[in-house]
Amino acid sequence: MRVELKNIHKHFGAVHANNDVTLTVEGGSIHGLLGENGAGKSTLMKVLSGYIHADGGEISLDGKKLKRFNSPADALRHGVGMLHQDPLDFPPMTLLDNFILGCDASLLQPRARAEKEFRELCQQFNFDLDTNAFVSDLTVGERQQLEIIRLLWLGARTLILDEPTTGISAPQKIKLFATLRQLAADGKSVIFVSHKLEDVEDLCHRVTVLRRGQMAGEAKSPFVTERLVQMMFGQQLNIGKRPNVELGAPVIEFDHLTLKDDRLTVPDISLSVRMGEVLALAGLEGSGQQLFLQACAGLLPPSAGQLRLNGIDLTRKPYENFLRAGIAYMPADRMKEGLVPGLSIEEHIVLAKRGKKDALIDWTRTRQTATAQITDFNIKGIPTTRVEALSGGNQQRTLLALLPPDLKLLALEHPTRGLDIESTLYIWGKLLERRKQGAAIIFASADLDEVLQYSDRILVFFGGRVIETVRSSETSVEQLGYLIGGKKQ
Amino acid sequence: MTGSRNFLSRLSLSLAPLLVALLIAILLLVATGAPPLDTFAKLFTGSFGTSSKQADTFVVWVSLAIVSAGLLITFTAGQWNIGVEGQIMVGSIFATWAARGMWEQSGIVGIPVIILWAMVGGALWALLVAVLKIYGKVNEIFGGLGFNFIATAFNIYLIFGPWKQKTGGTLSGTEIFPEALWMPTLPELRVSPIAIIIALFVLVVIYLSLRGTLWGLQLKAIGKNIRAAFVLGVPTNPLMLSAYAVCGACAGLVGAFLVIIVHHRLIPSISSGYGFLGILIVLLSSFNALWLAPLALFFAAVSIGSTALQLELNIDSSLGGVLQGVLVLVVLLMQGIKEKVISK
Repeated sequence: MRVELKNIHKHFGAVHANNDVTLTVEGGSIHGLLGENGAGKSTLMKVLSGYIHADGGEISLDGKKLKRFNSPADALRHGVGMLHQDPLDFPPMTLLDNFILGCDASLLQPRARAEKEFRELCQQFNFDLDTNAFVSDLTVGERQQLEIIRLLWLGARTLILDEPTTGISAPQKIKLFATLRQLAADGKSVIFVSHKLEDVEDLCHRVTVLRRGQMAGEAKSPFVTERLVQMMFGQQLNIGKRPNVELGAPVIEFDHLTLKDDRLTVPDISLSVRMGEVLALAGLEGSGQQLFLQACAGLLPPSAGQLRLNGIDLTRKPYENFLRAGIAYMPADRMKEGLVPGLSIEEHIVLAKRGKKDALIDWTRTRQTATAQITDFNIKGIPTTRVEALSGGNQQRTLLALLPPDLKLLALEHPTRGLDIESTLYIWGKLLERRKQGAAIIFASADLDEVLQYSDRILVFFGGRVIETVRSSETSVEQLGYLIGGKKQ
Repeated sequence: MTGSRNFLSRLSLSLAPLLVALLIAILLLVATGAPPLDTFAKLFTGSFGTSSKQADTFVVWVSLAIVSAGLLITFTAGQWNIGVEGQIMVGSIFATWAARGMWEQSGIVGIPVIILWAMVGGALWALLVAVLKIYGKVNEIFGGLGFNFIATAFNIYLIFGPWKQKTGGTLSGTEIFPEALWMPTLPELRVSPIAIIIALFVLVVIYLSLRGTLWGLQLKAIGKNIRAAFVLGVPTNPLMLSAYAVCGACAGLVGAFLVIIVHHRLIPSISSGYGFLGILIVLLSSFNALWLAPLALFFAAVSIGSTALQLELNIDSSLGGVLQGVLVLVVLLMQGIKEKVISK
């Protein structure tokens, strides 16, 4: 299907998120949509998939003009389906239930027919999905596979994928790309939204680059990386080298620590992390890294074992003891666990302050602090900007600005997930400064390049267990890829 | 200049629902065969026409203003304190309990003790809901509803049991308090200037603490995202308890006033639905403390004025409640529509 978006405009308040964007995707092709965070990619795709209405412009499908779609279901009826970065499915239900949910056939569920066609689609794409399994037991990659066949079954002839390679393993990525190529070969059109140059270069036939809501340019495969980077950022970036730091005394020590939640058990972890050390947690999403980080931060009491910070036993002590001991936790889900939507940057600064706090808030002084932090952390906003109005990268910078000085340990969950290269470099620059000051850093990431580049040591999680501890200087992306897939070489 | 235009557009946005509600009210009146203009005129004269009616309106205003100020705190913390009605009632019970212990005392000693004891009672009753919510994971709406029933039943038990009049238990309530324990009022009127001053004081304190204190900001944070607030280091459980305690204390204060200003004894259903009206007022105010005083006055006027309708136009006085309900529903509906328009 040939998809054309012409002169699309969309405003959010004062922000011109899409400014006269025109995009043509030929049937049977994979079209990349590249741009840093806040460039307007997601807005454009939400217009195309019916989630939001454009303020101006038109959509045409196979030459047929449409004013707009009324809803995602309407878009799907016209053959446009979207896979979101976080799959919009129903974890407590079975795959088959999820599969059938969107079909508006009749009062009775066409279960038998659906099951048959589900299997046929799986076979066609070589997916290994069980109709009776529960979505909550799937990996992100498998949930994407479910969503792809579901959208195809409902008649999608154009598939939009928003940052699909985040949070899936290397083998799953290879499979995903094969699937997308197969779809294009069948005449379907695929729109691949990403900020990862490597993925776009590997997969796409054409690419459109957005910058600050406007078209920055287009290119055809084979791509010239430098030119794409220039279109994305208007400049070239060099990735800095990680400075070496002398490691100090142990900051945090784990002694036969066992962690449990209702889904997963992480048994018997013994290790210590030293001042200035960066420890990375690698593994597929949900393999136990999050539990480990939350235990480090005092948000999850261990079910067995001991946890010491600077020699003091903090096992099963309340969270406030961890805060006082100098631990900070940065969650992956910024708007759910990190920031309070509805409150401004300056209000967050008051809330996050540790130690002695005044009962009355000195707003003049707070505003000065906030203004200084905004400049220091390069946040695009003002002290009274509500955090939900910031882009993802700026929310992450805000979280970073909220970290108190003199921390002993930073526990970070996906510190740069969904951020563009510029923000990622900036955030790591700030984090490594902390490390120079003697803080230890423990972070989880799905990005193996990030893991290798910034860590001293890597714990590899698989199915709740730490299956390997490797030094970053002695491993490679390939080896890690095998390890997180549960294969020891 | 944009500031004033902004203010005007915001004012018109808040007035539009009032006009729609008025229109629906007129339609309702026409449908029930009542003359609309006459009805509104009677509502007004019935609440502000004479000094005694004005006084009655302000007696109700005091209760509504204080209870809605308290509810603003629990709403800010993200809590639906439906149990506020029972907290008022327990305030009245504690006030009566204190009065029974000080039957012979002078007002200077007796009245402050009664008021403070009633506030303690209201706060304790509210803390029960909070403790169930925090440690027992009982939704505060269900907890509050349950404690409302218990408060009503306990009140009836006291009136017909241990605290019954010498002549026997009756629906008219307990023994009348000695006049020394009545809150001083203006001559010939039921309104107490001291109570009005206390109500204004409560409104100002609540407004200022939500605006300029760490406590107020922390309450806002747990109301909007309790998990993130906790991770940022906000002590969520003590804060939640304090929000309920403050709201319960306000409700208890209202309970005390109902006993020592209005009825001079404990009667069944003494809380008179003021707690629920307070919830409607806070919802209408869009959680802005500045709106509470005028909205409480409006609700008080409709409540007092509608009793005049019964007498003079033979319209059932429940019409007042219908008008209040329609207003709240229309305003909430318009807010919903506004949000939908903005988000698209």
